[in-house]
Amino acid sequence: MAVAEYEKLPRADVPSPALEKKLHDLWETKPGIFGWIATVDHKEIGIRYLVTAFVFLIAGGIEALVMRLQLAGPNETILTPTEYDQLFSMHGITMIFLYALPVLSGFSNYLFPLLLGSRDMAFPRLNAFSYWTFLASGLFMYSSFLIGSAPNDGWFNYAPYALKPFNPGLNMDFYALGMIFYGISTTVGAANFVVTVMRHRAPGMSINRLPIMIWGTTTISVGLLFANPAVSLAFFLLWMDRQFGTHFYDVAGGGKPLLWQHLFWLFAHPWVYVIVLPAMGIVSDALPVFCRRPLVAYTLVILGTITTMVLGFGVWVHHMFATGIPFLSMSFFSGASFIITIPSAVAVFAWIATIWTGEVVLATPFYFFAAFISMFVIGGVSGVMTASVPADLQLTDTYFVVAHIHYVLIGINLFGVLGGVHFWFPKFTGKMMSEAIGKVSFWLIFVGFNVAFLPMHVTGLLGMPRRIYTYPENVGWTTVNMITTVGAFILASGILVFLVNVVVSRRSGVEAGPNPWDAPTLEWATSSPPPPYNFPVMPAVASRHPLWEDRLDEGTGHSSVLRGLVLDDGKETLATSVLDATPVAILKMPEDDPWPFLVTVALTVGFTGLLIQWWWMGGGAAIAVVIGGIVWLWPRADLGQKAGAAYE
Amino acid sequence: MSDTAIEPEEPLTIGRLQVGSIGRHANGWWGMIMLIITEAFLFFYLLFSYYYFALQSTGTFFPADNPSFRYSGPETGVVILASLAVFFGERGGRKGSRLQLVLGLLAGLLLGCGFVALQAFEWLDKPYTLASNSYGSSFFTVTGFHLAHVVVGLLMLLPLTLWSALGYFDRQRVVPVTIVMMYWFFVDVVWLMIFFTFYVTPYLR
Repeated sequence: MAVAEYEKLPRADVPSPALEKKLHDLWETKPGIFGWIATVDHKEIGIRYLVTAFVFLIAGGIEALVMRLQLAGPNETILTPTEYDQLFSMHGITMIFLYALPVLSGFSNYLFPLLLGSRDMAFPRLNAFSYWTFLASGLFMYSSFLIGSAPNDGWFNYAPYALKPFNPGLNMDFYALGMIFYGISTTVGAANFVVTVMRHRAPGMSINRLPIMIWGTTTISVGLLFANPAVSLAFFLLWMDRQFGTHFYDVAGGGKPLLWQHLFWLFAHPWVYVIVLPAMGIVSDALPVFCRRPLVAYTLVILGTITTMVLGFGVWVHHMFATGIPFLSMSFFSGASFIITIPSAVAVFAWIATIWTGEVVLATPFYFFAAFISMFVIGGVSGVMTASVPADLQLTDTYFVVAHIHYVLIGINLFGVLGGVHFWFPKFTGKMMSEAIGKVSFWLIFVGFNVAFLPMHVTGLLGMPRRIYTYPENVGWTTVNMITTVGAFILASGILVFLVNVVVSRRSGVEAGPNPWDAPTLEWATSSPPPPYNFPVMPAVASRHPLWEDRLDEGTGHSSVLRGLVLDDGKETLATSVLDATPVAILKMPEDDPWPFLVTVALTVGFTGLLIQWWWMGGGAAIAVVIGGIVWLWPRADLGQKAGAAYE
Repeated sequence: MSDTAIEPEEPLTIGRLQVGSIGRHANGWWGMIMLIITEAFLFFYLLFSYYYFALQSTGTFFPADNPSFRYSGPETGVVILASLAVFFGERGGRKGSRLQLVLGLLAGLLLGCGFVALQAFEWLDKPYTLASNSYGSSFFTVTGFHLAHVVVGLLMLLPLTLWSALGYFDRQRVVPVTIVMMYWFFVDVVWLMIFFTFYVTPYLR
């Protein structure tokens, strides 16, 4: 077969109605149940991620409110200790795993190809698969409530209490298998983001022109590829200990309970950065739009992001200062925990400088971003306090740590996410969100959050341990707990107002147009909401801010978004080189495909079989997964995988 | 002029481009790199657990006898030969020789099955089980993880051999074979790490 047959000379042109119609027919997801199951459109998947993550946020929030009612006064009896254990465990699991990363994956899935000037992610079917497995694993873990056996050992699930002799029900098996299942979703999602960034960029978008959100998500995706196997393995070994009598964590057979803590925190400390760095990326990209200037210190912010992730792998033992590990180890990890504050604080100063030197537009997203920065400072400072070994020995396992983690996770995840939703809502739906309702929801959330969690530091300093289901009357914890409960309900009402805003604005918001905020990046160059093919012609960029080029003096030449490669012989997009984004190939993209969904169904059946120890069911599902995988990967001429088809 | 220029003033010229999955232009090639990275870390954590036990247990962790090379030696040879066979097949595919491609993959399949059989004999030969103690748990879990990867490699080779025999591939459209070859090399390297950890380091005590 002659070599030249798999080549062609792409045509450059300007968009025309005929071209747009042709592309629309090629890229559109077919209506009906098949299209709903089989869609590989990254925008549809992104929205699904966002909606599902918010549903889990609401579920986790309700769990928290019930716990706050129980803790509102001393000796309450709304919940039994068993119920309380399951609620605080599921609250943590939900917020940390089922909300915090998936919501960011939702933004990234929706925005990656749009920010990069591409038509889809590198692996569209894998993208659908990562969503379905996320949903299935979440439902798998939540189904434990149906039989009253939800995980009950907290989200970090220490051995030996998680072992069978102490915890004989299915509770831990739901968590262990559910997390292995969930790990599949995270891993394939991370691999997809990394390959997309390396391969699917507009010509000219060299790595120093990438939006910072792309840097944030890419950094954590690499981090996840490194860290995620630790937790999948930790849970697998736990499940083996419980089902097959192995001795990994069980002291009797020579096992080490601390091995669990090492494996878990080796994953879970990097995870903390995983669920904040993309949110910091959202702020770094969106905040400057409301300051009417580019972000200050782009390069330093990116280097800070990467350094934070790298150092994030060297601080896990600071969760274990109270476990009796050697002094040298404590000193090392304490030092590393102090040092990591430096790169993670770089962005804070960059944001402050951006606000300081910009012309601030006081729209709702700006409120959320400004709150994000101040909450980050409070959460960061309480983190520095716990990095100190002697302070940590006093503070560990008290409500001080609970206050810290909520400042970090609500402060630097939820506030960024809510700002991001207000910012990109016009792109998602074509409608603006209501500013009036938006500000009401912001103030309720901001005030409620601080009323709930600022006094919680004091609760911890007063010595109240975390995870107790009630407390006696005369220990001085009553007032602070009541304040926290009131704050939690104000916070929840703010979230409710936000949801009302989403529904109302989606129905009757002001038409947005392509670029309502006058923002600089490529997603605003296409219509709102974008067409299924994203861009009629492939844009080429010559600077970091393609839509602000006429007013900024950066780079050479001009970006070209109105004229570019056409690529309309089937579903096609452009592959570019890793560092400088020169075009290297034309990629054939897959049609809608039901196999990601079907393989997920098989996996769900398989994990259920393992849970209830119907081994034949697990084995049958494994065979189905293998068959599904082979069909999925069967070489296809329309994807340019088989010998034959010529292109000119 | 055969090149496409995007912008008239500062032309970004784009020449002829390859279409579809070819060599490193295929996203699947990059996907396999991602898989290998994350799987490498999985085995890193597995071996971390083993060394953690070895270092934290004061003299009670290891069994009385050092592990023998009776099976592990041949296993090492066979698994390396298996990936060399796949490598041979892949070279054939890239030269356009369907015969060499199919022969290489078939040899890889057989040798891979040989590894599985050897490992099965070794497992039956061990005086301890998965549930005996933490050494047994580690040994069977780590080698079991590797064995599972060999089995997955065989499940990849099976359809690949069929596709090759059906003439799905030619000199350029041969990326799936390259990708599976990379996976086999990875399985090889992991085996060498496991071999060094379980069979060699005990002699160095």
